[in-house]
Amino acid sequence: MTSGVRQSLLNARDLERALADMSQAIVEFAGGTDRLLLVGVQRRGVQLAERIAHIIGSTHNVEVPRGAIDITLYRDDLRAVGPRPLVGETRLPGEVEGRCVVIVDDVLYTGRTIRAALNELGDYGRPDRIGLAVLVDRGGRELPIQADVVGKAVEVPRGDHVDVMIRELDGRDAVDIVVGLGSG
Amino acid sequence: MSRLGLGKDLLGLEGLSADEIRLILDTAEPFKAVSEREIKKVPTLRGKTIVNLFFEASTRTRTSFEFAEKRLSADTVNITSQGSSVLKGENLVDTARNLEAMRIDMVVMRHPSSGAAKFLANRIRSNVINAGDGQHEHPTQALLDLLTIRDRLGRVEGLKVCICGDILHSRVARSNIWGLLTLGAEVAVCGPLSLMPRGIEELGVRVLRHVEEAIEWADVLNIMRLQLERMRAGYIPSLREYYRVFGVTLERLERAQKELVILHPGPMNRGVEIDSRVADGPHSVILQQVTNGVAVRMAVLYLVAGGSSDLAVQAMGAARDEAE
Repeated sequence: MTSGVRQSLLNARDLERALADMSQAIVEFAGGTDRLLLVGVQRRGVQLAERIAHIIGSTHNVEVPRGAIDITLYRDDLRAVGPRPLVGETRLPGEVEGRCVVIVDDVLYTGRTIRAALNELGDYGRPDRIGLAVLVDRGGRELPIQADVVGKAVEVPRGDHVDVMIRELDGRDAVDIVVGLGSG
Repeated sequence: MSRLGLGKDLLGLEGLSADEIRLILDTAEPFKAVSEREIKKVPTLRGKTIVNLFFEASTRTRTSFEFAEKRLSADTVNITSQGSSVLKGENLVDTARNLEAMRIDMVVMRHPSSGAAKFLANRIRSNVINAGDGQHEHPTQALLDLLTIRDRLGRVEGLKVCICGDILHSRVARSNIWGLLTLGAEVAVCGPLSLMPRGIEELGVRVLRHVEEAIEWADVLNIMRLQLERMRAGYIPSLREYYRVFGVTLERLERAQKELVILHPGPMNRGVEIDSRVADGPHSVILQQVTNGVAVRMAVLYLVAGGSSDLAVQAMGAARDEAE
Protein backbone atom coordinates (compact mmCIF):
# COMPACT_ATOMS: atom_id res chain seq x y z
CA MET A 1 0.00 0.00 0.00
CA THR A 2 1.14 3.58 -0.57
CA SER A 3 2.92 5.23 2.30
CA GLY A 4 0.73 7.67 4.22
CA VAL A 5 -2.60 6.00 3.38
CA ARG A 6 -5.00 6.03 6.32
CA GLN A 7 -7.37 3.26 7.29
CA SER A 8 -9.93 3.80 9.98
CA LEU A 9 -9.63 1.34 12.88
CA LEU A 10 -12.08 2.93 15.32
CA ASN A 11 -14.47 5.82 14.77
CA ALA A 12 -15.77 8.05 17.55
CA ARG A 13 -18.61 5.70 18.45
CA ASP A 14 -16.37 2.60 18.43
CA LEU A 15 -13.92 4.41 20.69
CA GLU A 16 -16.63 5.36 23.13
CA ARG A 17 -17.90 1.79 23.24
CA ALA A 18 -14.38 0.45 23.70
CA LEU A 19 -13.81 2.76 26.65
CA ALA A 20 -17.11 1.67 28.23
CA ASP A 21 -16.17 -2.02 27.85
CA MET A 22 -12.69 -1.35 29.20
CA SER A 23 -14.13 0.49 32.21
CA GLN A 24 -16.26 -2.50 33.12
CA ALA A 25 -13.37 -4.93 32.64
CA ILE A 26 -11.10 -2.77 34.81
CA VAL A 27 -13.58 -2.85 37.69
CA GLU A 28 -13.81 -6.63 37.35
CA PHE A 29 -10.02 -6.91 37.24
CA ALA A 30 -9.65 -4.79 40.37
CA GLY A 31 -12.43 -6.64 42.20
CA GLY A 32 -14.41 -3.42 42.67
CA THR A 33 -13.45 0.21 42.94
CA ASP A 34 -12.20 0.38 46.55
CA ARG A 35 -8.50 0.04 45.94
CA LEU A 36 -8.45 1.03 42.29
CA LEU A 37 -5.96 3.68 41.12
CA LEU A 38 -5.79 4.55 37.43
CA VAL A 39 -2.43 5.76 36.14
CA GLY A 40 -2.31 7.20 32.63
CA VAL A 41 0.92 7.14 30.63
CA GLN A 42 1.80 10.58 29.24
CA ARG A 43 0.36 11.88 27.08
CA ARG A 44 -2.74 10.23 25.60
CA GLY A 45 -2.96 7.61 28.32
CA VAL A 46 -3.62 10.40 30.79
CA GLN A 47 -6.74 11.55 28.94
CA LEU A 48 -7.93 7.98 28.47
CA ALA A 49 -7.52 7.29 32.21
CA GLU A 50 -9.48 10.46 32.90
CA ARG A 51 -12.35 9.28 30.67
CA ILE A 52 -12.35 5.79 32.13
CA ALA A 53 -12.39 7.25 35.65
CA HIS A 54 -15.36 9.35 34.63
CA ILE A 55 -17.26 6.34 33.22
CA ILE A 56 -16.54 4.17 36.28
CA GLY A 57 -17.35 7.10 38.55
CA SER A 58 -20.78 7.67 37.04
CA THR A 59 -21.80 3.99 36.86
CA HIS A 60 -20.62 3.16 40.40
CA ASN A 61 -21.17 6.58 41.93
CA VAL A 62 -17.60 6.87 43.23
CA GLU A 63 -14.62 9.14 42.68
CA VAL A 64 -11.87 7.01 41.13
CA PRO A 65 -8.40 8.38 41.94
CA ARG A 66 -6.08 8.77 38.97
CA GLY A 67 -2.54 9.84 38.33
CA ALA A 68 -0.17 10.39 35.45
CA ILE A 69 3.21 8.89 34.73
CA ASP A 70 5.93 10.13 32.40
CA ILE A 71 8.42 7.41 31.62
CA THR A 72 11.03 9.51 29.80
CA LEU A 73 13.61 9.26 32.61
CA TYR A 74 13.17 5.47 32.70
CA ARG A 75 13.59 4.76 28.98
CA ASP A 76 16.15 2.16 28.03
CA ASP A 77 16.99 3.84 24.73
CA LEU A 78 18.11 7.30 25.87
CA ARG A 79 21.53 6.72 24.38
CA ALA A 80 19.97 5.98 21.02
CA VAL A 81 17.41 8.76 20.86
CA GLY A 82 20.06 11.49 20.78
CA PRO A 83 18.44 14.82 21.51
CA ARG A 84 16.53 14.67 24.73
CA PRO A 85 12.78 14.42 24.61
CA LEU A 86 10.93 16.78 26.89
CA VAL A 87 10.16 15.29 30.26
CA GLY A 88 6.52 15.43 31.28
CA GLU A 89 5.00 15.36 34.69
CA THR A 90 4.58 12.33 36.94
CA ARG A 91 1.97 12.79 39.64
CA LEU A 92 0.40 10.12 41.76
CA PRO A 93 -2.38 10.93 44.21
CA GLY A 94 -1.29 9.69 47.64
CA GLU A 95 0.22 6.31 48.32
CA VAL A 96 0.35 3.45 45.82
CA GLU A 97 0.94 1.06 48.75
CA GLY A 98 -1.86 -1.49 49.03
CA ARG A 99 -3.66 -0.32 45.90
CA CYS A 100 -4.63 -2.05 42.69
CA VAL A 101 -2.94 0.15 40.11
CA VAL A 102 -4.14 -0.05 36.52
CA ILE A 103 -1.78 1.54 34.01
CA VAL A 104 -3.68 3.05 31.08
CA ASP A 105 -2.06 3.66 27.70
CA ASP A 106 -3.27 4.27 24.18
CA VAL A 107 -1.25 1.70 22.23
CA LEU A 108 0.61 -1.42 23.38
CA TYR A 109 3.41 -2.26 20.96
CA THR A 110 6.94 -3.35 21.96
CA GLY A 111 6.16 -3.32 25.69
CA ARG A 112 9.16 -1.11 26.50
CA THR A 113 7.06 1.84 27.67
CA ILE A 114 5.24 -0.42 30.10
CA ARG A 115 8.51 -1.93 31.33
CA ALA A 116 9.67 1.63 32.10
CA ALA A 117 6.35 2.50 33.76
CA LEU A 118 6.61 -0.59 36.01
CA ASN A 119 10.11 0.45 37.08
CA GLU A 120 8.96 3.98 37.81
CA LEU A 121 5.92 2.82 39.80
CA GLY A 122 8.27 0.64 41.84
CA ASP A 123 10.13 3.78 42.91
CA TYR A 124 6.92 5.17 44.37
CA GLY A 125 6.04 2.15 46.47
CA ARG A 126 4.65 -1.35 46.34
CA PRO A 127 1.10 -1.70 45.05
CA ASP A 128 -0.72 -4.96 45.85
CA ARG A 129 -1.27 -5.51 42.19
CA ILE A 130 -0.55 -3.77 38.88
CA GLY A 131 -2.63 -4.25 35.76
CA LEU A 132 -2.46 -2.86 32.25
CA ALA A 133 -5.32 -1.50 30.15
CA VAL A 134 -4.74 -0.36 26.56
CA LEU A 135 -7.04 1.03 23.93
CA VAL A 136 -5.22 -0.75 21.07
CA ASP A 137 -3.00 -3.83 21.26
CA ARG A 138 -1.15 -3.79 17.95
CA GLY A 139 1.10 -6.83 18.56
CA GLY A 140 4.85 -6.73 17.90
CA ARG A 141 6.01 -7.25 21.47
CA GLU A 142 9.75 -7.21 22.27
CA LEU A 143 9.28 -8.03 25.95
CA PRO A 144 7.12 -10.56 27.83
CA ILE A 145 4.39 -8.04 28.69
CA GLN A 146 0.65 -8.46 28.06
CA ALA A 147 -2.37 -6.29 28.73
CA ASP A 148 -5.13 -7.35 31.14
CA VAL A 149 -7.73 -5.18 29.45
CA VAL A 150 -7.75 -4.44 25.71
CA GLY A 151 -10.13 -2.15 23.81
CA LYS A 152 -9.21 -3.41 20.35
CA ALA A 153 -6.65 -6.03 19.35
CA VAL A 154 -5.25 -5.90 15.83
CA GLU A 155 -2.02 -7.11 14.25
CA VAL A 156 -0.33 -4.09 12.65
CA PRO A 157 2.83 -4.64 10.59
CA ARG A 158 6.06 -3.04 11.76
CA GLY A 159 6.52 0.21 9.87
CA ASP A 160 2.85 1.16 10.03
CA HIS A 161 1.66 3.65 12.62
CA VAL A 162 -1.37 3.51 14.89
CA ASP A 163 -2.62 7.09 15.18
CA VAL A 164 -4.81 7.60 18.24
CA MET A 165 -6.70 10.87 18.26
CA ILE A 166 -8.70 12.02 21.22
CA ARG A 167 -11.01 14.97 21.64
CA GLU A 168 -9.05 16.74 24.38
CA LEU A 169 -5.79 16.87 22.43
CA ASP A 170 -6.69 16.33 18.78
CA GLY A 171 -10.20 17.73 18.47
CA ARG A 172 -11.84 14.39 17.62
CA ASP A 173 -12.04 10.77 18.71
CA ALA A 174 -10.67 8.24 16.20
CA VAL A 175 -8.01 5.60 15.69
CA ASP A 176 -6.42 5.25 12.25
CA ILE A 177 -3.73 3.01 10.90
CA VAL A 178 -1.29 4.96 8.74
CA VAL A 179 0.71 2.88 6.32
CA GLY A 180 4.50 3.17 6.27
CA LEU A 181 4.95 5.93 8.82
CA GLY A 182 7.38 4.19 11.12
CA SER A 183 6.91 2.77 14.55
CA GLY A 184 4.37 3.78 17.16
CA MET B 1 21.31 27.83 16.39
CA SER B 2 24.35 28.45 18.53
CA ARG B 3 26.72 25.54 19.08
CA LEU B 4 27.97 27.09 22.30
CA GLY B 5 25.00 25.98 24.29
CA LEU B 6 23.39 22.61 24.67
CA GLY B 7 25.27 20.87 21.97
CA LYS B 8 28.09 18.91 23.51
CA ASP B 9 28.74 21.39 26.32
CA LEU B 10 27.31 24.11 28.50
CA LEU B 11 30.01 26.76 28.74
CA GLY B 12 28.03 29.94 29.33
CA LEU B 13 24.73 31.70 28.77
CA GLU B 14 26.20 34.18 26.30
CA GLY B 15 25.00 33.11 22.89
CA LEU B 16 22.23 30.81 24.08
CA SER B 17 18.84 31.59 22.56
CA ALA B 18 15.78 32.37 24.66
CA ASP B 19 14.30 29.04 23.52
CA GLU B 20 17.36 27.14 24.70
CA ILE B 21 17.29 28.84 28.10
CA ARG B 22 13.57 28.21 28.44
CA LEU B 23 14.13 24.58 27.47
CA ILE B 24 16.53 24.17 30.40
CA LEU B 25 14.15 25.91 32.83
CA ASP B 26 11.16 23.87 31.63
CA THR B 27 13.16 20.65 31.82
CA ALA B 28 14.09 21.50 35.41
CA GLU B 29 10.41 21.42 36.46
CA PRO B 30 9.92 17.62 36.42
CA PHE B 31 13.33 17.18 38.07
CA LYS B 32 12.15 19.22 41.06
CA ALA B 33 9.63 16.45 41.68
CA VAL B 34 12.31 13.74 41.67
CA SER B 35 13.94 15.34 44.72
CA GLU B 36 10.61 15.34 46.57
CA ARG B 37 10.07 11.61 46.20
CA GLU B 38 10.71 8.93 48.75
CA ILE B 39 13.24 7.37 46.36
CA LYS B 40 15.16 10.36 45.04
CA LYS B 41 16.66 8.66 42.04
CA VAL B 42 15.84 7.98 38.42
CA PRO B 43 17.88 5.67 36.16
CA THR B 44 18.36 8.21 33.37
CA LEU B 45 22.17 8.49 33.38
CA ARG B 46 22.87 4.97 34.60
CA GLY B 47 26.27 3.86 33.37
CA LYS B 48 27.54 7.38 32.68
CA THR B 49 30.71 8.45 34.44
CA ILE B 50 31.04 12.07 35.47
CA VAL B 51 34.14 13.76 36.86
CA ASN B 52 33.76 16.87 38.99
CA LEU B 53 37.03 18.62 38.36
CA PHE B 54 37.43 21.51 40.77
CA PHE B 55 40.54 23.68 40.60
CA GLU B 56 38.98 26.14 43.05
CA ALA B 57 37.43 25.61 46.45
CA SER B 58 33.69 25.14 46.28
CA THR B 59 31.35 23.38 48.62
CA ARG B 60 27.88 24.28 47.53
CA THR B 61 28.26 24.16 43.77
CA ARG B 62 30.10 20.86 43.93
CA THR B 63 27.61 19.36 46.38
CA SER B 64 24.72 20.54 44.25
CA PHE B 65 26.22 18.98 41.10
CA GLU B 66 26.95 15.78 43.00
CA PHE B 67 23.37 15.45 44.22
CA ALA B 68 22.14 16.13 40.69
CA GLU B 69 24.45 13.45 39.26
CA LYS B 70 23.58 10.85 41.87
CA ARG B 71 19.84 11.45 41.55
CA LEU B 72 20.23 10.71 37.83
CA SER B 73 22.13 7.48 38.69
CA ALA B 74 25.45 8.58 37.16
CA ASP B 75 28.73 7.39 38.69
CA THR B 76 30.76 10.32 39.96
CA VAL B 77 34.32 11.04 40.94
CA ASN B 78 35.50 14.25 42.58
CA ILE B 79 38.90 15.65 41.81
CA THR B 80 39.91 18.79 43.65
CA SER B 81 43.16 20.51 43.08
CA GLN B 82 43.83 23.40 45.35
CA GLY B 83 47.02 25.17 46.12
CA SER B 84 48.49 26.30 42.84
CA SER B 85 45.80 28.76 41.80
CA VAL B 86 46.51 28.92 38.10
CA LEU B 87 47.28 25.79 36.20
CA LYS B 88 49.08 25.93 32.94
CA GLY B 89 47.15 24.96 29.83
CA GLU B 90 49.30 21.90 29.25
CA ASN B 91 48.53 20.58 32.70
CA LEU B 92 44.82 20.96 32.26
CA VAL B 93 44.88 19.14 28.95
CA ASP B 94 47.03 16.39 30.42
CA THR B 95 44.61 15.92 33.30
CA ALA B 96 41.68 15.78 30.94
CA ARG B 97 43.37 13.35 28.55
CA ASN B 98 44.19 11.05 31.42
CA LEU B 99 40.58 11.12 32.50
CA GLU B 100 39.40 10.41 28.98
CA ALA B 101 41.76 7.48 28.83
CA MET B 102 39.68 6.07 31.69
CA ARG B 103 36.58 6.40 29.50
CA ILE B 104 34.61 9.09 31.28
CA ASP B 105 31.56 10.70 29.71
CA MET B 106 31.34 14.15 31.23
CA VAL B 107 33.42 16.73 33.05
CA VAL B 108 31.99 19.38 35.36
CA MET B 109 34.77 21.89 35.83
CA ARG B 110 35.51 24.90 37.98
CA HIS B 111 38.70 26.75 37.17
CA PRO B 112 40.23 30.10 38.18
CA SER B 113 41.03 31.08 34.58
CA SER B 114 38.40 32.70 32.37
CA GLY B 115 37.92 30.60 29.28
CA ALA B 116 39.22 27.37 30.82
CA ALA B 117 35.95 25.51 30.18
CA LYS B 118 35.97 26.37 26.49
CA PHE B 119 39.65 25.51 26.27
CA LEU B 120 38.91 22.07 27.69
CA ALA B 121 35.75 21.52 25.66
CA ASN B 122 37.67 22.12 22.44
CA ARG B 123 40.17 19.42 23.32
CA ILE B 124 38.19 16.47 24.68
CA ARG B 125 35.33 14.37 23.40
CA SER B 126 33.49 14.27 26.73
CA ASN B 127 30.73 16.75 27.51
CA VAL B 128 31.96 19.75 29.48
CA ILE B 129 29.82 21.73 31.90
CA ASN B 130 31.23 24.98 33.18
CA ALA B 131 30.84 25.26 36.95
CA GLY B 132 32.55 28.65 36.98
CA ASP B 133 35.60 29.83 35.06
CA GLY B 134 37.52 32.81 36.42
CA GLN B 135 35.57 36.02 35.99
CA HIS B 136 33.86 34.75 32.85
CA GLU B 137 30.67 32.72 33.47
CA HIS B 138 28.87 30.48 35.95
CA PRO B 139 25.92 29.40 33.80
CA THR B 140 24.17 26.96 36.14
CA GLN B 141 24.08 29.58 38.91
CA ALA B 142 22.40 32.07 36.60
CA LEU B 143 19.96 29.40 35.39
CA LEU B 144 18.90 28.56 38.93
CA ASP B 145 18.51 32.29 39.63
CA LEU B 146 16.26 32.59 36.57
CA LEU B 147 14.22 29.57 37.64
CA THR B 148 13.79 30.96 41.15
CA ILE B 149 12.68 34.34 39.81
CA ARG B 150 10.24 32.64 37.45
CA ASP B 151 8.87 30.49 40.30
CA ARG B 152 8.25 33.50 42.50
CA LEU B 153 6.98 36.04 39.96
CA GLY B 154 5.66 33.79 37.19
CA ARG B 155 7.89 35.24 34.48
CA VAL B 156 11.24 36.82 33.75
CA GLU B 157 10.29 38.90 30.74
CA GLY B 158 9.62 42.54 31.53
CA LEU B 159 10.90 42.34 35.11
CA LYS B 160 13.40 44.81 36.46
CA VAL B 161 16.35 42.99 37.98
CA CYS B 162 19.25 44.76 39.67
CA ILE B 163 22.51 42.93 40.34
CA CYS B 164 24.24 44.50 43.33
CA GLY B 165 27.83 44.48 44.53
CA ASP B 166 31.07 43.36 42.95
CA ILE B 167 30.21 43.24 39.27
CA LEU B 168 33.82 43.52 38.10
CA HIS B 169 34.98 40.14 39.38
CA SER B 170 31.69 38.27 39.30
CA ARG B 171 31.06 35.44 36.85
CA VAL B 172 27.63 35.06 38.46
CA ALA B 173 26.80 38.67 37.55
CA ARG B 174 27.99 38.14 34.00
CA SER B 175 25.98 34.96 33.41
CA ASN B 176 22.94 36.60 34.98
CA ILE B 177 23.21 39.60 32.68
CA TRP B 178 23.26 37.39 29.57
CA GLY B 179 20.41 35.18 30.73
CA LEU B 180 18.19 38.01 31.94
CA LEU B 181 18.66 40.12 28.81
CA THR B 182 18.01 37.15 26.55
CA LEU B 183 14.76 36.37 28.35
CA GLY B 184 13.66 39.99 28.02
CA ALA B 185 14.21 41.37 31.53
CA GLU B 186 15.47 44.90 32.18
CA VAL B 187 18.80 44.70 33.93
CA ALA B 188 20.64 47.18 36.14
CA VAL B 189 23.84 46.90 38.14
CA CYS B 190 24.64 48.73 41.35
CA GLY B 191 27.88 48.83 43.29
CA PRO B 192 31.04 50.81 44.02
CA LEU B 193 32.58 52.41 40.93
CA SER B 194 35.82 50.61 41.72
CA LEU B 195 34.01 47.28 41.28
CA MET B 196 32.10 48.26 38.13
CA PRO B 197 33.52 47.15 34.76
CA ARG B 198 34.10 50.10 32.48
CA GLY B 199 31.69 50.28 29.55
CA ILE B 200 29.21 47.84 31.07
CA GLU B 201 26.34 50.00 29.74
CA GLU B 202 27.25 48.75 26.28
CA LEU B 203 25.84 45.35 27.21
CA GLY B 204 22.44 47.00 27.56
CA VAL B 205 22.30 47.35 31.34
CA ARG B 206 21.78 50.52 33.31
CA VAL B 207 24.15 51.54 36.08
CA LEU B 208 22.62 52.71 39.35
CA ARG B 209 24.90 54.55 41.76
CA HIS B 210 22.99 54.16 45.01
CA VAL B 211 21.48 51.08 46.56
CA GLU B 212 18.37 53.14 47.48
CA GLU B 213 17.93 53.84 43.78
CA ALA B 214 18.24 50.13 43.02
CA ILE B 215 15.61 49.23 45.62
CA GLU B 216 13.33 51.93 44.25
CA TRP B 217 13.74 50.75 40.64
CA ALA B 218 13.85 46.96 40.84
CA ASP B 219 11.41 44.07 41.22
CA VAL B 220 14.28 41.72 42.04
CA LEU B 221 17.66 42.30 43.70
CA ASN B 222 20.39 39.72 43.13
CA ILE B 223 23.07 40.53 45.70
CA MET B 224 26.58 39.38 44.86
CA ARG B 225 28.97 38.15 47.49
CA LEU B 226 31.73 40.61 48.34
CA GLN B 227 35.01 38.70 48.22
CA LEU B 228 36.84 39.76 51.33
CA GLU B 229 40.16 39.91 49.54
CA ARG B 230 38.79 42.86 47.52
CA MET B 231 39.21 45.01 50.59
CA ARG B 232 42.81 44.01 51.03
CA ALA B 233 43.36 44.78 47.37
CA GLY B 234 42.07 48.31 47.96
CA TYR B 235 38.81 48.17 45.96
CA ILE B 236 36.77 49.24 48.99
CA PRO B 237 37.82 51.19 52.09
CA SER B 238 36.31 48.86 54.72
CA LEU B 239 33.61 46.27 55.21
CA ARG B 240 31.73 48.58 57.56
CA GLU B 241 31.83 51.35 55.01
CA TYR B 242 30.60 48.96 52.34
CA TYR B 243 27.65 47.90 54.51
CA ARG B 244 26.83 51.53 55.30
CA VAL B 245 26.72 52.54 51.64
CA PHE B 246 25.76 49.37 49.74
CA GLY B 247 24.34 46.99 52.33
CA VAL B 248 20.79 45.80 51.58
CA THR B 249 19.24 46.47 54.96
CA LEU B 250 15.76 46.01 56.33
CA GLU B 251 15.43 49.76 56.90
CA ARG B 252 16.21 50.47 53.26
CA LEU B 253 13.70 47.87 52.07
CA GLU B 254 11.01 49.13 54.43
CA ARG B 255 11.48 52.68 53.23
CA ALA B 256 10.70 51.56 49.68
CA GLN B 257 7.38 50.00 50.75
CA LYS B 258 7.21 47.37 48.04
CA GLU B 259 7.48 43.63 47.57
CA LEU B 260 11.01 42.98 46.38
CA VAL B 261 12.43 39.53 45.75
CA ILE B 262 15.93 39.05 47.17
CA LEU B 263 18.45 36.58 45.74
CA HIS B 264 21.98 35.79 46.82
CA PRO B 265 24.19 33.08 45.30
CA GLY B 266 25.89 32.36 48.64
CA PRO B 267 27.87 32.01 50.72
CA MET B 268 26.58 35.20 52.34
CA ASN B 269 28.59 37.73 54.28
CA ARG B 270 25.89 38.73 56.73
CA GLY B 271 26.33 42.34 57.74
CA VAL B 272 28.47 43.15 54.70
CA GLU B 273 26.42 42.99 51.51
CA ILE B 274 23.19 41.83 53.16
CA ASP B 275 21.42 42.39 56.47
CA SER B 276 20.66 39.15 58.33
CA ARG B 277 17.05 40.25 58.77
CA VAL B 278 16.75 40.53 54.99
CA ALA B 279 18.49 37.21 54.33
CA ASP B 280 16.09 35.41 56.66
CA GLY B 281 13.07 37.57 55.90
CA PRO B 282 9.98 37.04 53.76
CA HIS B 283 11.52 38.70 50.68
CA SER B 284 14.37 36.22 50.55
CA VAL B 285 14.29 33.24 48.16
CA ILE B 286 17.86 32.26 48.98
CA LEU B 287 17.07 28.72 50.14
CA GLN B 288 14.72 28.22 47.22
CA GLN B 289 17.72 28.99 45.01
CA VAL B 290 19.63 26.15 46.63
CA THR B 291 16.75 23.70 46.08
CA ASN B 292 16.35 24.83 42.47
CA GLY B 293 20.10 24.46 41.93
CA VAL B 294 19.86 20.67 42.07
CA ALA B 295 16.91 20.58 39.64
CA VAL B 296 18.57 22.93 37.15
CA ARG B 297 21.78 20.91 37.23
CA MET B 298 19.85 17.69 36.67
CA ALA B 299 18.21 19.32 33.66
CA VAL B 300 21.55 20.46 32.25
CA LEU B 301 23.18 17.05 32.73
CA TYR B 302 20.20 15.37 31.10
CA LEU B 303 20.14 17.74 28.12
CA VAL B 304 23.89 17.80 27.55
CA ALA B 305 24.11 14.01 27.70
CA GLY B 306 21.63 13.93 24.82
CA GLY B 307 23.77 15.97 22.45
CA SER B 308 22.11 18.51 20.22
CA SER B 309 19.16 20.42 21.61
CA ASP B 310 17.63 21.24 18.24
CA LEU B 311 14.97 18.55 18.35
CA ALA B 312 14.03 19.21 21.94
CA VAL B 313 13.62 22.90 21.18
CA GLN B 314 11.44 22.00 18.22
CA ALA B 315 9.39 19.68 20.39
CA MET B 316 8.92 22.45 22.89
CA GLY B 317 7.76 24.80 20.13
CA ALA B 318 5.27 22.18 18.94
CA ALA B 319 4.00 21.58 22.47
CA ARG B 320 3.49 25.30 22.88
CA ASP B 321 1.59 25.56 19.59
CA GLU B 322 -0.59 22.69 20.67
CA ALA B 323 -1.34 24.34 24.00
CA GLU B 324 -2.45 27.53 22.29
